Amino acid sequence: MTESATIAAGAAPLIKPRTSKDDRVMVGFILVICLYLLITLAFPLYAMLSKSFSTYAFDLTNFEFQVNTGDGWSETFNAAEQNEKIQKFKPEDLVTSSDGRLAPTEFFPEFSFRSPTLYKLRQVRGDTSFLFGTERVDDTDWHEYSSNDFRRIVIRPSGATGLDNFRTYFSTPALFRSIENSLFISILSTIITVSLAFWFAYALNRSRMRFKGLFRLIAMIPILVPSLLPGIALVYLFGNQGMIKGLLFGESIYGPIGIVMGSVFFTFPHALIIITTALAISDGRLYEAATALRASRWRTFWTVTIPGARYGLISAAFVVFNLVITDFGLPKVIGGQYNMLAVDIYKQVIGQQNFEMGAVVSVVLLVPALLAFGIDRYVQKKQVAQLSARSVPYVPKPHKQFDRICLGYCSLIAIFIVGLIAVCQYAALIKFWPYNLSFSLDNYNFKVMDGGGWDSYTNSIQLGLYTALAGTVIVFIGAYMVEKTNGFFATRSSFQFLAMMPMAIPGMVLGLAYIFFFNNPDNPLNTIYGTLLIMVICTVTHFYTVSHLTAVTALKQMDREFESVAASLKQPFHKLFSKVTVPVCLPSILDISIYLFVNAMTTVSAVIFLYSPDTTLASVAVLNMDDAGDVAPAAAMGMMIFYTNVGARLIHQFVSRNVVRRTQAWRGN
Amino acid sequence: MTEPTAAPDKSSKVYLQIDRLTKKFGTFVALDSVSLEVYEGEFICFLGPSGCGKTTLLRAIAGLDIQTSGTVRQADVDISALPPFERDFGIVFQSYALFPNLTAERNIAFGLENQKLDKSAVTKRVNELLELVGLPDQGPKYPAQLSGGQQQRIALARALATSPGLLLLDEPLSALDAKVRGHLRHEMKTLQRRLGVTTVMVTHDQEEALTMADRIVVMNQGVIEQVGTPTEIYREPDTLFVADFIGAMNQVEGRVNDDNSVSIGELSFKSRSHGLSREAPVVAAIRPEDIVPEGIGDYSSQDSSAENSLEAEIEDMEFLGSFWRVSLKNSALGGANLIADLSINATRRLEVDTGSTIRVKLPADRLWIFPPAGSA
Amino acid sequence: MFTKLIKKSGVMTCVAGALMLVMSQSALAVDLTVYTAVEAEDLARYAETFNKDHPDINIKWVRDSTGIVTAKLLAEKNNPQADVIWGLAGTSLLLMKSEGMLEPYKPKGVELLDPKFVDQSPVPSWTGMDAWVAAVCYNTVEAAKHNLKPPKTWTDLLKPMYKGHLIMPNPNSSGTGFLDVSSWLQMFGKEQGGWDYMDRLHKNIARYTHSGSKPCKLAAAGEIPIGISFAFRGARSKAKGAPIEIIVPEEGVGWEMEASGIIAGTPNLKAAQTLIDWSISKTAMEMYNTAYAVVGMPGVAKPVKYFPDTLLERMIVNDFEWAANNRKAILAEWLKRYDSKSEAK
Repeated sequence: MTESATIAAGAAPLIKPRTSKDDRVMVGFILVICLYLLITLAFPLYAMLSKSFSTYAFDLTNFEFQVNTGDGWSETFNAAEQNEKIQKFKPEDLVTSSDGRLAPTEFFPEFSFRSPTLYKLRQVRGDTSFLFGTERVDDTDWHEYSSNDFRRIVIRPSGATGLDNFRTYFSTPALFRSIENSLFISILSTIITVSLAFWFAYALNRSRMRFKGLFRLIAMIPILVPSLLPGIALVYLFGNQGMIKGLLFGESIYGPIGIVMGSVFFTFPHALIIITTALAISDGRLYEAATALRASRWRTFWTVTIPGARYGLISAAFVVFNLVITDFGLPKVIGGQYNMLAVDIYKQVIGQQNFEMGAVVSVVLLVPALLAFGIDRYVQKKQVAQLSARSVPYVPKPHKQFDRICLGYCSLIAIFIVGLIAVCQYAALIKFWPYNLSFSLDNYNFKVMDGGGWDSYTNSIQLGLYTALAGTVIVFIGAYMVEKTNGFFATRSSFQFLAMMPMAIPGMVLGLAYIFFFNNPDNPLNTIYGTLLIMVICTVTHFYTVSHLTAVTALKQMDREFESVAASLKQPFHKLFSKVTVPVCLPSILDISIYLFVNAMTTVSAVIFLYSPDTTLASVAVLNMDDAGDVAPAAAMGMMIFYTNVGARLIHQFVSRNVVRRTQAWRGN
Repeated sequence: MTEPTAAPDKSSKVYLQIDRLTKKFGTFVALDSVSLEVYEGEFICFLGPSGCGKTTLLRAIAGLDIQTSGTVRQADVDISALPPFERDFGIVFQSYALFPNLTAERNIAFGLENQKLDKSAVTKRVNELLELVGLPDQGPKYPAQLSGGQQQRIALARALATSPGLLLLDEPLSALDAKVRGHLRHEMKTLQRRLGVTTVMVTHDQEEALTMADRIVVMNQGVIEQVGTPTEIYREPDTLFVADFIGAMNQVEGRVNDDNSVSIGELSFKSRSHGLSREAPVVAAIRPEDIVPEGIGDYSSQDSSAENSLEAEIEDMEFLGSFWRVSLKNSALGGANLIADLSINATRRLEVDTGSTIRVKLPADRLWIFPPAGSA
Repeated sequence: MFTKLIKKSGVMTCVAGALMLVMSQSALAVDLTVYTAVEAEDLARYAETFNKDHPDINIKWVRDSTGIVTAKLLAEKNNPQADVIWGLAGTSLLLMKSEGMLEPYKPKGVELLDPKFVDQSPVPSWTGMDAWVAAVCYNTVEAAKHNLKPPKTWTDLLKPMYKGHLIMPNPNSSGTGFLDVSSWLQMFGKEQGGWDYMDRLHKNIARYTHSGSKPCKLAAAGEIPIGISFAFRGARSKAKGAPIEIIVPEEGVGWEMEASGIIAGTPNLKAAQTLIDWSISKTAMEMYNTAYAVVGMPGVAKPVKYFPDTLLERMIVNDFEWAANNRKAILAEWLKRYDSKSEAK
């Protein structure tokens, strides 16, 4: 023991824990997935942000002139000096976009193309260009033109960095009015959806009406179709040739009315899920207490039900708000001239090739989306705290009249949902609405339409399968690593942060960011641009957060000490992972897969910027066919997506019931 | 209470040596320079209130939360920085952490796989272990189909499957109901003795520690208060904390007279030697069962036995089955009440009743003097 | 013996030659990525006809509306994905040229084309195929319901009776929309008259669509009585049985050519040149003529069914260079005037 005696004399040694192979492997995994999220999320967003600050303006100092009015060449002067002299353009007039053009004749008020005056023009530096007709000139030589030729000259802008794009945005009413529109539509849709969904959930939870299971099923239908499908159905119902357009009393469906109706349709299930959960966790004992106190039904509702569900309601409101404000497909189909932010991005990029302005609108759209997301996260935390309290589930008592009202109300909603889908299916089978109402399958002959034909359908299924497969693997391993490793606090918390981000990023913004980042020749990853792979990556990233949270919740329910036990038994983590973690979490893993599959089938916003000829998608085809006026085929393709998702759901159900029954035998007791 | 017969004597080989272990979580010091030696084959208990650092110490030994500084040596090998994977121990947690999707046998076999054992050898070992923990027929059941006690035993079997040199038990019985707990205590102790595996158990239950451990390590606020056999801990507490934490203890404020005398209120008592300076404020402590009843007003002997005895009024009596717990009041004690445990016999013999006065003696060698809590 | 040997070696050579031919052919089979805005229903036919002459070149179409293809090309400026553009608005090709994105190439037989259909640079960067011409699709059934009379001129469309019954494409996203706007500016006055016309027209417009063919399809579907679109689309819809009249306003109509060009930097230059050569061949022109009444090679075009016969004579003299160089400014002005105003009801 002399050794210990000598040690005891000095200070105890600091211990630097040696990492095991497992630790290193796990950190490796975390780093890889962190890197994955950086590449697929943070870097593209950064590229987009910097794009929004990249401006174009005419650099007048770079263009020099000489003029010969018949008495020899004048002194050399540049356009800036000339501009100052004639007071033509203010600095803000010189801000433009990448394809801006400016005719130098503007600097010569006396210019006439018939005059014999000769002009010479040169560029001081070679980093700008001017066009003679359509001929591009980017050298620094002097070029001489007659008056008649000189009028064909236009100069091109050069790039810089600054806030000019934002200034332009906020000084263009056509653009910034969209903010107001987007907020108005989103808030209105939120109020309507949340109210409707609340009463629906209330009926499901608090009444003893019949057909509850059926109503639940019907309420989930909108999740299975692209958000633009209700738009198409609304056109058939309320358009100028609409079946029941009289109900609108002459108002046009193209615009706010259509957007709000469609938004309510596609956000309804999202709100319903959240509110149902909130109502389901409320404490039955409070109701017993209220009854004992002889509180009226109405009073009980306001003092017990609403406060109990308030976090759920708030959370649902923000989720719906976010879905509506970031949605692109629906306003595109039925918005008419009513501009919204998400469509503006599309119009700026696709219509005007103004990528910088597209990036600016993206940044603008990010603000409300991020805000709503932040508030929702905050509220959700509170709800979890409320959930952990012990409570007794509420069991409704039969109440004939109340049950009948509930049944009636839910039936109305169900008719609305089923009705829109049925209209789409009907429209898809009609030969030529409204002149030839015979049935035919012509509209399924996608080959002669825009959008990529049946290939786009098989592409979509491929995208769905790959996304489900790759996404589930990435998400689950990521969640496992972040949940179950020890130490590496900074890495894990930054990973958590990255994993939460995608929920706040609108699909359009993500897709555009991908163009900026991946379609850059300096990026070694640009080879994936235009492939199915980039769409798989984009879709996985787009829907990362919800999948991640599902995985984390499942993993949190596992005993924290499993890893310690496995280590003490000298078993590597991957054995525990494959033999215990994955089998136990299988139901959640299947949930993640189906979530990713369904969303990959229906998403439009992110992939609209990314598809290529070989990778056209069914959901994008719906949009493009509608865009080209082939509305019935668009409905037909939309219904194909619907049936595919129904099929996927059924398979998921089947797998859950059977395969899972085997692996989850322990649950049955 | 009998002296544990199998307590290894100090000449046994040191198996686990912990030297000045410190663990900090940020600025919070969970373990403050803890040193301890555990002998081979010994059953040692870390006992203390929650937050005292006992679990932290256990996890440091296991390598699950490695200490900030200080060393751990196991079987003469410095394992201070090793990850759990490279250490030699089996562990049972409070939650048992049984894999829910694996049957009891597959749980037990978990550590036996990829150890170059063939299938039949694994099956044999699993059956052996099931036999050992007394559940030979429960192998094919899933954990959810087993009772709490059975789950606990399967967890124990799983921890023992690889024949580790060190068995770590983290509150292994606290999730069970009292009856099962009592039974399992005994069983685990017997098993441990039979296997001779060095065992460290963390518990906050003193009864568990006293009945199972060869030695108890009482911990408080990140430091070891006392290490000793259960009787030592109970009979000879080194600190007020230990005295207070283990068993019941009367604590009365007083002042030092001299090295073996203390005054409480207006009275003066002989006490154990304590080495504290005169007039220092102290706490005098005596266990209820150490207070000796001498009779009601019966003061036969006038010799030195009058010393340390006093008359007290019985203010309250509580029947606890095998004895009475009485509350004694004497205004001369400065307002403090004394609790004494009187045998059924004594109360019957002395005809003790609420309101009556009784003469009790506080034997000097049972009267402990500690510096008051809070003073170092 | 000797002859036998020769014979043998001859057979060998033949076999080897055949093998080499097969191998070289399979080695020659090139995939060309072709960006196009040609109507989806024609693409398969174009590729088929081309492959009859050149089976070794495999066309991979990227088809979208003019605006989207143009945006895609510009977005990919520094990392081009396309080899060839075949069938995109001439204005877009001018834009590509001014960005230096086109590979100049003088295709075989270019001299046979109408000079209007060829880039005037010594080595042209693009060549035209055919022209599509603006027209008004008029649904007789729906118009009757609203008691409308068919318009004869652009100015007729300003009449109050058409209020809310007109749809046209948004020039910001549709090439057809832009050619309408640029033709009005050229006909009614670039500075003032054109904008005055559009100001008044705007009051009658129900909404602007993103795509150029949609107004006619909507008119065909009865969603709106009058859609400002292009003649070809109207003819198609009429062929399908829609109660459509194609009206060519008397003042003249804007038109745009469909053109082709090679993307600079393509790794498949040879194949791309083969395609461009073919794209202006007589065979190709005849192929375009099945849908388009006006093609780039004079004397080839035969009348097309359902096309109004007044179409050719009413095509305006279109200043493409002016349109291309002022496109940005025109669109900005249009956006300022109509895109925001239309929301306020």
